[in-house]
Amino acid sequence: MNKELIGLDRVGMTYEAASGPVEALAGISLSVGAGEFVSLVGPSGCGKSTLLRIVAGLRPATVGTVTVAGRAVREPIPDIGMVFQAPILLKWRSILQNVLLPAELAGKDATALQGRAQQLLDMAGLTGFGDKLPRELSGGMQQRAALCRALLLDPPLLLMDEPFGALDAMTRDDMALELLRIWGERDLAQSARKTVLFVTHSIGEAVFLSDRVVVMSPRPGRIAADLRIDLPRPRTVELRASEAFGRLSLDIFRALTGRVGAAGTA
Amino acid sequence: MCPNVRLRMMKFQSLLRQYWPTVALFAFLLASWQVAVSAGGIREYLLPSPLAVWNALWHGDTAWAQHLWVTTLEIVGAFFLAAGVGVALGVAIAWSPLIANALVPFLVFVNTLPKVAIAPLFLIWMGYGIFPNMLMGALIGFFPVVINTAVGLSQVEADMLDLGRVFNAPKWKIFVKIRIPNALPYILSALKITATAAVVGAIVGEFVASQRGLGYVIVTTQSSMNTSVAFAALIWISVVGLVLYGAVVLLARLWAPWAEGID
Repeated sequence: MNKELIGLDRVGMTYEAASGPVEALAGISLSVGAGEFVSLVGPSGCGKSTLLRIVAGLRPATVGTVTVAGRAVREPIPDIGMVFQAPILLKWRSILQNVLLPAELAGKDATALQGRAQQLLDMAGLTGFGDKLPRELSGGMQQRAALCRALLLDPPLLLMDEPFGALDAMTRDDMALELLRIWGERDLAQSARKTVLFVTHSIGEAVFLSDRVVVMSPRPGRIAADLRIDLPRPRTVELRASEAFGRLSLDIFRALTGRVGAAGTA
Repeated sequence: MCPNVRLRMMKFQSLLRQYWPTVALFAFLLASWQVAVSAGGIREYLLPSPLAVWNALWHGDTAWAQHLWVTTLEIVGAFFLAAGVGVALGVAIAWSPLIANALVPFLVFVNTLPKVAIAPLFLIWMGYGIFPNMLMGALIGFFPVVINTAVGLSQVEADMLDLGRVFNAPKWKIFVKIRIPNALPYILSALKITATAAVVGAIVGEFVASQRGLGYVIVTTQSSMNTSVAFAALIWISVVGLVLYGAVVLLARLWAPWAEGID
């Protein structure tokens, strides 16, 4: 593994609900190397989205320590890009202006970054859509614009919370390939790629995209398995039909359901 | 040029298709009204004929220009007062929970008061004049603006706010770049209600205390039995109301085209 970028040491998170304290996460220890693509899969409500926000410093961990690039995370950290399940583009801004939003929020010179924003749009296949309003774009295109927005300030860490969860299956597969291309799977050395922490419900998506898949258990979320995906890169559509792909998917399925050797039986 | 003209023709035809029933119904009602009055022998002071109203509008001895001016001033003034105060209060409520806690119960109380009942007090405090009537219109029309402003400012996705926190954006910047544009369609939607409320308020104010204005004209016709003038005044009032309402609708289309059909 490369130099560690994210380090979680026995992280737990308990929040107060109306019915009393709820333990969302317990004993999460995880180390993610720079340039690694790691997916978090788990049942709904296992706290994987919460974990993502803890890494971003948006929610505090109640126990344990979180470090990003060697520094302890106690408040929101600026050097991350976030992509959510919904594109959450500002409806009144053009696509280009939406991509430039992080610069404005961070108090940076947005006009100086226009060229970069345009480059990102070109790379994401959105050439010519810069001056359109979000509602004029399809859901998949909007999500690509959201990815461009996350990449604008060139953050070393990309946090993605079920980014393709709201898309139809075919668009979803396309977007996975697209993401790997933009990530630099073909033309960048691993150390030059961004570190990605990717939350998903889809086992297939996790296997297809990742270097590692971390499987989480139901609440309180714990790490049930941490599997290395040793499939060759660049990943191709054909790979989905391979035996190795199927075996890894099955392993994850078993880890998810807590059953060994009994996949598919109820 | 040629396709352009054809496009306009098609637009006109589709407008015609949509609105001919409205126009036809209106014409039919007007015609039956005229017939009922002239053939049915209904007395003029009970229900004047459309023609009599038309005559009162243009040839009577009422100084329409003056009354129209006063009432328009009151209505437009009430509208801007309600809009300004409403937006300011809405922003204050969304900005600080402390202000919200202090202000909201008080505003709800003010809103439940029947404003018409306060009009005589305005007479005692401020006497006759344009301003008290303006204030009455504003009082009736400001509450929806406060509520919609506050709601529009706070209806921002949590993820979007997280984005702001990640980049350490100051609170005012989130307001200016995200919350206020987000609230704009809500505010414009409330202003449509305010436009009608301003008309009601101004006329109610004039009923209670005035020496000029279209509401004043209506009150005076009660004693003179000059019903056609009352009808003419009603028409002028609805013209002012419609123009103001139309202006707000136009503004909404211009300022918040992304929110077409939000109300």
